Amino acid sequence: MTQTLNLTINGTTQTIALDDPRATLLDVLRERLGLTGTKKGCDRGQCGACTVLIDGRRMNACLALALSHDGAAVTTIEGLAEGDRLHPVQDAFLRHDGFQCGYCTPGQIMSAVALIAEAEAGLDPERVREGMSGNLCRCAAYAGITEAVLDATRTMTREDAA
Amino acid sequence: MNLFDYTRADTLGAAVGAEGALLAGGTNLLDLMKIGVATPSRLVDVTRLPLSQIEDHGGGLRIGAMVRNADLARHPQVLARFPAVAEALLSGASAQLRNAATTGGNVMQSTRCSYFMDPLSPCNRREPGTGCSAIGGETRNHAILGWTSGCIATHPSDLCVALAAFDAVVEIAGPAGTREVPMATFHPLPDANGVPPALAAGEVITHIRLPDPGGMARHARYVKLRERTSFAFAIVSAAAGIAVQDNRIVAARLALGGVAARPWRSTGAEAALLGQPPIETNFARAAELALQGAAPSGNNAAKIVLARRIAVRALTLAAAGTPDRMPALPASVFEGDDHG
Repeated sequence: MTQTLNLTINGTTQTIALDDPRATLLDVLRERLGLTGTKKGCDRGQCGACTVLIDGRRMNACLALALSHDGAAVTTIEGLAEGDRLHPVQDAFLRHDGFQCGYCTPGQIMSAVALIAEAEAGLDPERVREGMSGNLCRCAAYAGITEAVLDATRTMTREDAA
Repeated sequence: MNLFDYTRADTLGAAVGAEGALLAGGTNLLDLMKIGVATPSRLVDVTRLPLSQIEDHGGGLRIGAMVRNADLARHPQVLARFPAVAEALLSGASAQLRNAATTGGNVMQSTRCSYFMDPLSPCNRREPGTGCSAIGGETRNHAILGWTSGCIATHPSDLCVALAAFDAVVEIAGPAGTREVPMATFHPLPDANGVPPALAAGEVITHIRLPDPGGMARHARYVKLRERTSFAFAIVSAAAGIAVQDNRIVAARLALGGVAARPWRSTGAEAALLGQPPIETNFARAAELALQGAAPSGNNAAKIVLARRIAVRALTLAAAGTPDRMPALPASVFEGDDHG
């Protein structure tokens, strides 16, 4: 039986017909919508490579049954930049070498965007590391990632104040 | 993953008595379905049920079963009255998972016993009467209390340990009406052939109720020993609360995690603390009582010693008082150390 769901992906509302209820949000993004920036790592909620924002909250798209999120607004890594202008978190990851192979990076960046919005870690490196613990990096670029998140926090706090 | 029918229950009436597995945050159920441990033919999505409120209840709180873990941990009244509940929540999983996982789902999560999670290993908990593959195996995460030859698995929740310590009650709606069960006895202990279900067919957890914590509101902690300081299940953990007047303990709460198929509340340890000064020798005696009857279920005798120490640490920290701000590393045993 085909079931349909509406998702607003990066600001555009789409109606998606699913003939298999097993599809996760990750499957829909990558295989139906061609948004392959969101990565499949462990596919079990342990690595964070599939992190997206669902109604503004960071979640693992691999453990989000697509049908259960009918009506949701989803932001993926493809939705962060404005044209050629990178999001401050993307820019900070580049400047601080917050990656090596890059596979975990979209998830790291989406998680960092949410971490900064949650406004609980601030500029405390220990709180940033704890808040990013749902995103694994097998290249162990953690030192650069932490610096990038702290730097982006400073940039975005200045932008908010301006 | 097996194929299933998906339906959504938008009212409690539609969820109660529904046939199939209840889907909330999906962080445990979808994982178990992916590895073939859970094979429901029908999923009933309960995420839209109107059970996402946290309400005042006397001096306590009534928490809807669909309140997300992250929202519960951040709620000002949870932080003010039940800081150990918030600390337990924040010591578990990752920010992504806490944004999805629900209160009711946390209570209903399955054991992380690696033999339970391997569909090829016989398991009384998965299929009663088939045996227990964990016995004689790797048992670091297994029970030291309340286990039988039928099952030595532990309940993995951090939240439930803090809820059990602070007298939480589980409110359940079923086809035959409503009922209530204390959190401390909600999860059945194993018998010789398996583990009875906590809920009858068609029942739904609707709320968790916490009574007024009194003087323990600012003297409550959760401490958790794990293999890494974040995003790991407890090897052993403890939730503790203490209220002191004139240097005498007037109320005490203690529950252990990672040691049994349920959070292990010790009213005997609590009673022994009453009237005593809040000093380490008394905490050590209480911890001894909490571990009474403990026995290794395999190569895990160290957990008995570790649980005793974690209980003493939790009581000591609770007596010292809840910090004004949540620690950077919630429930960490390294708090106050120089990490050396």
